[in-house]
Amino acid sequence: MKRKILCSLIALVTVLALAACGKTPDNQGGSGSSNGGESTGREATNSVVVGITQDIDSLDPHNAVSAGTREVLFNMFEGLVQPTPEGEIEPAVASEFTVSEDATFITFQLRDGITFCDGTPITVQDVKYSIERYAGIQGEGSAFSILKDIVASEDGTIVVNLSEPNTEFVYELTCAIIPQANDANVNTNPIGSGPFMYDSFIPGEELVIKKNPNYWKEGRPYLDEVTFKIVADTDKAVTQLNAGTLDIVQYLTSDQVMTLNDNFYVMDGSINYVQGMFLNNKVEPFNDPLVRQAIYYAIDRQNISDMLFGGKSHIIGTNMIPAATKYYNADTEDQYPYDPAKAKELLKQAGYENGFTFTIQVPNNYPPHKGTAEIIANCLEEVGITAKINEIEFTSWLSDVYKDRKYEATVVAVDGRLAPYTWFAKNESTASNNFTNYSNPQFDEIFAKAKAAIDPEEKVGYYKQLQQILADDAASIYVQDPANQVAIRNTLTGYVFYPVSAQDMSVIKYK
Amino acid sequence: MKYIVKKIITLFVALLLISIIIFVVFSVIPADASIAKLGIDATPEQIAALRAQMGLDKPLFERYFWWLANALQGNFGESFQYTGVKVTTLLARRLGNSALLSLISFIMVVIFSIPIGIFSAKRRSVVARGTMTTITQITMGIPSFFLGLLLTYLFSLVLHWFYVGQFVSPSEDFFGACAYLIFPAIAIALPKIAMTVKFLSNSIRSELHKDYVRTAYAKGSTRDGVLYKHVLKNSMVPVITFLGIIVAEIVAGSVIVEQVFSVPGIGSLLVTAITNRDYPVVEAVVLLIAFFVIVINFIVDMIYQAVDPRVKL
Repeated sequence: MKRKILCSLIALVTVLALAACGKTPDNQGGSGSSNGGESTGREATNSVVVGITQDIDSLDPHNAVSAGTREVLFNMFEGLVQPTPEGEIEPAVASEFTVSEDATFITFQLRDGITFCDGTPITVQDVKYSIERYAGIQGEGSAFSILKDIVASEDGTIVVNLSEPNTEFVYELTCAIIPQANDANVNTNPIGSGPFMYDSFIPGEELVIKKNPNYWKEGRPYLDEVTFKIVADTDKAVTQLNAGTLDIVQYLTSDQVMTLNDNFYVMDGSINYVQGMFLNNKVEPFNDPLVRQAIYYAIDRQNISDMLFGGKSHIIGTNMIPAATKYYNADTEDQYPYDPAKAKELLKQAGYENGFTFTIQVPNNYPPHKGTAEIIANCLEEVGITAKINEIEFTSWLSDVYKDRKYEATVVAVDGRLAPYTWFAKNESTASNNFTNYSNPQFDEIFAKAKAAIDPEEKVGYYKQLQQILADDAASIYVQDPANQVAIRNTLTGYVFYPVSAQDMSVIKYK
Repeated sequence: MKYIVKKIITLFVALLLISIIIFVVFSVIPADASIAKLGIDATPEQIAALRAQMGLDKPLFERYFWWLANALQGNFGESFQYTGVKVTTLLARRLGNSALLSLISFIMVVIFSIPIGIFSAKRRSVVARGTMTTITQITMGIPSFFLGLLLTYLFSLVLHWFYVGQFVSPSEDFFGACAYLIFPAIAIALPKIAMTVKFLSNSIRSELHKDYVRTAYAKGSTRDGVLYKHVLKNSMVPVITFLGIIVAEIVAGSVIVEQVFSVPGIGSLLVTAITNRDYPVVEAVVLLIAFFVIVINFIVDMIYQAVDPRVKL
């Protein structure tokens, strides 16, 4: 009897093991070798699998909100104009555009013969419908409040009239052009004119896009199919890269890069976020600029970049990303060098020579936030300030910290878009999303001038001044534009970085 | 018959209470689905508009009433997060994956723990018992998710027996799905096997000291004869209850292990739904799990009655 049980046990183990081995070839989709994922078999089908850690929040490009969704939808939709890797805009659905001299209207010429991915021609009516739909969704308080009307004529000219002069409005027209005829199905079967077209979406699992055969740009895209696979976090994504399941994953930290196997190379870019410790300017002691400046001096920002991103982040000193080269004020970077002695002196001046205690709220949407907060807390300990770290779910953060402003300090990253005003709007004292409660009449005044300025040089001057004001006030502790380390399979080439949320798959190809 | 009616009423009352608790919890925790969906760039007007569209501006009682009225007709509504996607559609796709994973895990527990438990109970030497206890204690102590990471490393990254993340749904390739699920199932089952082994061998040992065993020996039965004809049946009675608990634990444990192996099951659906404050989905998933656990209890009671004639329900 004893032997029987043992025998049946051994038999079971063998069967299970055989079942596991026997099915391995099937798991690879019937192609490729299994040695170390050197060949995934996807080269034969000219397809790529990209790992993303954020679920797609909407397939409707006008309703998509998260950066993670926008960077994926970038491949399926185009506006009259499109962002370029250099941070400029270039004609897309329009073949040319001109902003009038007084910046009160913009004239577009529809690209000759351009169609949606399903082959139907794009009409001026579709363009008018798309911009109006997007404007409606953005609402009253948005940049579209200055949109007066859109005049579309059958010869393919579209004139966008504004109620006041604005040279930045043209950046908003990167909004997706979609067919009016598909109005009811935008969520289930989205149609656009980008290099790829929608194939399938399984919520929480994957989005598959296929080559758009009608794309206007000759020879693009190179790939036939791209799958965006949703993975719980970047740690799991790294495992799946090594296992051969994924080909491209971005937003890796230095630790994760070190665990990649030989089948990948890493490209370094920027995430295009202003990451920092944002301070509630209304609560004590952060209502005192001296205290904010003291904290700035107390923090070794380079150390944060070294520890978390191998020193590859760009250290910043204001609420703007270096990638916006035209507007970025680099002078602010060295305004508050690491100087604990100076920090103590300022604290004494402010009446806090014995330090104080506060809590840093850290949302869980991006793991390096926690590391940043920990290093900051260590630095502050040196000057006698006790910072407690409280990790919270991002959704709660949105509600308690961002919306209700019930916090003292928070380590988070804020982003903006191509239009430079987007980086500063949160600091306007009356803004509904001024979550730091920052208030400086001089800032508000110059911000209004910057938005209204038509002369490009004048505009640049105002924006640089705004950045200087934020730095002088130490409105918050701006730390870095974190490095974006992207793992790419050795067989692939062409990856480019954009200063906006975009993972451009149309330029990726097999070597 | 009376028992079954009583059980069914209990089932409904339990589900009703659970659904109320979820509604109350979701109205107490910070943020709601509109904030989760619109993210950082949302204006207050957009949030207000979406709240109205989702019906979140209505009082809690009213919302619950309508939800309940629809749910009783089998309509669990649409997901807040995925516009236009029915909750039942979301669930249907993932339920199969989770059910299959739980089933494979449970089969593993049964086929491994019963023979090993008997084998372990029969050992008399101090060394053998000590070894068995040590092994079971260590195995019981390993958390499933950690075991999952070890298995992923060994079988996916080193041996390439499976490709972590390349799960195919059983509707497309049933055997492929089973082969993939063997690894997460081991991660879930191993600690449970250790627990069941320990429980069963203790149960057998305590039975072995009872009077009827001495009588059986006196009648001239062999050791194996006593064990398999008399003791095993009696010692299985508490084990059946224990396995009922194990099933519930397997379902709960799969929530985490699914994430480690990137299996799209109801566990990961529940986690994302909570993050997104997508309460129609949370209600449906939790009620489903609760329903399942209550039904398992019911089945355990039935088996109990069949095994032990003294039990009258």
